[in-house]
Amino acid sequence: MIELQHVAMSYGGGDLLRDMSLQVAPGSFHFLTGPSGAGKTTFLKLCYAELLPSAGHLSLFGQDVRQMGRDEIARIRQRIGVVHQDCQFLDHLSLEENVALPLSVNRRTADPGELRELLAWVGLKRQAQSLPPQLSGGERQRAALARAVMMSPDVILADEPTGNLDWEMSLRLLSLLVELNRMGKTVMIATHDLNLIRQAKAQVSARVLRIANRQLHLAGADL
Amino acid sequence: MRAVLTFFSSERSTADRVVPPTGFTARLTLFTAAAMAFLAVFALALSLATGRLAERWSDSLARSATIRISAAPDQMDAQVAAVLEVLKTTPGVASSRVMSDDEMKGLLKPWFGPDLPVDALPLPKLIAVTETSAGVDADGLRLRLQAEAPGAIFDDHTRWRRPLVAAAERIRMLGLMSLLLIFGAMAGMITLAAQAALAANGQVIAALRLVGARDAFIARAFVRRFTTRGLIGATAGMVLGMIAVAFLPSADAAGAFLTGLGFSGAAWLWPLIIPPIAAMVAFGSTRFAALRMLRRIR
Repeated sequence: MIELQHVAMSYGGGDLLRDMSLQVAPGSFHFLTGPSGAGKTTFLKLCYAELLPSAGHLSLFGQDVRQMGRDEIARIRQRIGVVHQDCQFLDHLSLEENVALPLSVNRRTADPGELRELLAWVGLKRQAQSLPPQLSGGERQRAALARAVMMSPDVILADEPTGNLDWEMSLRLLSLLVELNRMGKTVMIATHDLNLIRQAKAQVSARVLRIANRQLHLAGADL
Repeated sequence: MRAVLTFFSSERSTADRVVPPTGFTARLTLFTAAAMAFLAVFALALSLATGRLAERWSDSLARSATIRISAAPDQMDAQVAAVLEVLKTTPGVASSRVMSDDEMKGLLKPWFGPDLPVDALPLPKLIAVTETSAGVDADGLRLRLQAEAPGAIFDDHTRWRRPLVAAAERIRMLGLMSLLLIFGAMAGMITLAAQAALAANGQVIAALRLVGARDAFIARAFVRRFTTRGLIGATAGMVLGMIAVAFLPSADAAGAFLTGLGFSGAAWLWPLIIPPIAAMVAFGSTRFAALRMLRRIR
């Protein structure tokens, strides 16, 4: 699904990441960890083609990212759900409309029943008509997750999804992601919260990737 | 063209709603479009009026000429008869007519008052000549007149008509150029307004790209707004401009020679093309601004 061969990434002066090779298999569950500023967000951005690698070969769903046009990137993103740390919503649209946005930008309307079900699954049924600025941090993260899975994507990338959440809410979000993985989705979560990783390992067979010294390492089976 | 058609037809709600409503740029665009359309109406009126004027001068005056005969009173009748004879055999003359004393009186009245004793004055005789559309060979006629009637001077009005026609045509060109400049300025201002709106909505655009929106969808959301505003504003400006032109004081009373700045007859339909052109200008400039901006956001 996502394949990296000797990928490097630099922002002008010097490589931030280099020589990364990885194959993300369908249905796998990955954690991406490492100190702040190590490049976790950059790595995820490479995975949904917001950034292009400065060297090496990166392919998404078998397509070379360098060969992709803008419309192809848009199409790829319908198959990759992204949950940002600071979720970007359209503040003038209701939560319900925001969650249905991936459909409406493709000129499709969400099935009201399915939309209600999705909101119930993330526990936001009552807030359906609220505007994003009225939501709490946890509610926003769950709304972002709902939006990410709206198109029933093959891959879900989450960047510090529990960064602003208390432990209880973090577990709840994690269990939603584990549930998605059980439904066959590929999940990758960038986090520095080792407790969260331990918690997840009890529920699902997760692999842990660590970014250190500008390189990607596969961490040992036990932390 | 297809882009224009699909643009007005479907899915009004979603594409429109993804962009937050903006009061300021909306009003700015409306005002710009209205002001430019208002000015365009006048530029158009100017072009059409001077066009009419040039046509009238070059056309109707070209068909008429005057022969002035100054001679001693005893030779006058003979010379007039000779000139008429020459005119009869000149190709290109449709008709000719000696002006009566009463007509002369009428022509002189503005300068000398109604009590002028025309009979007592040694006035020259005037012969009004109407040419056919083929026209008269002026130089040939002059030569023949010189031979037959030395006191006759042929005046085909070219001397003073030509600079007037040239001036009218130049003014018309300036009017058309003003139209181009007006639409160009409008394109510039709408591009700026669209750019401001796009920059203010950078986060919206990034969010839309993140959930897989194609450029065409995002651009359309903005383009539709600005096109609609351009159309509405220009329509309002056009209506106001036409009302203003309609209430211009008429210049026809001063004489048929000058033509009023305004539209006549079917020319009133011309301003109606201003709003569609304004809408197209708004469409093009917003689309240009949007696609250029989108290239920076992956």
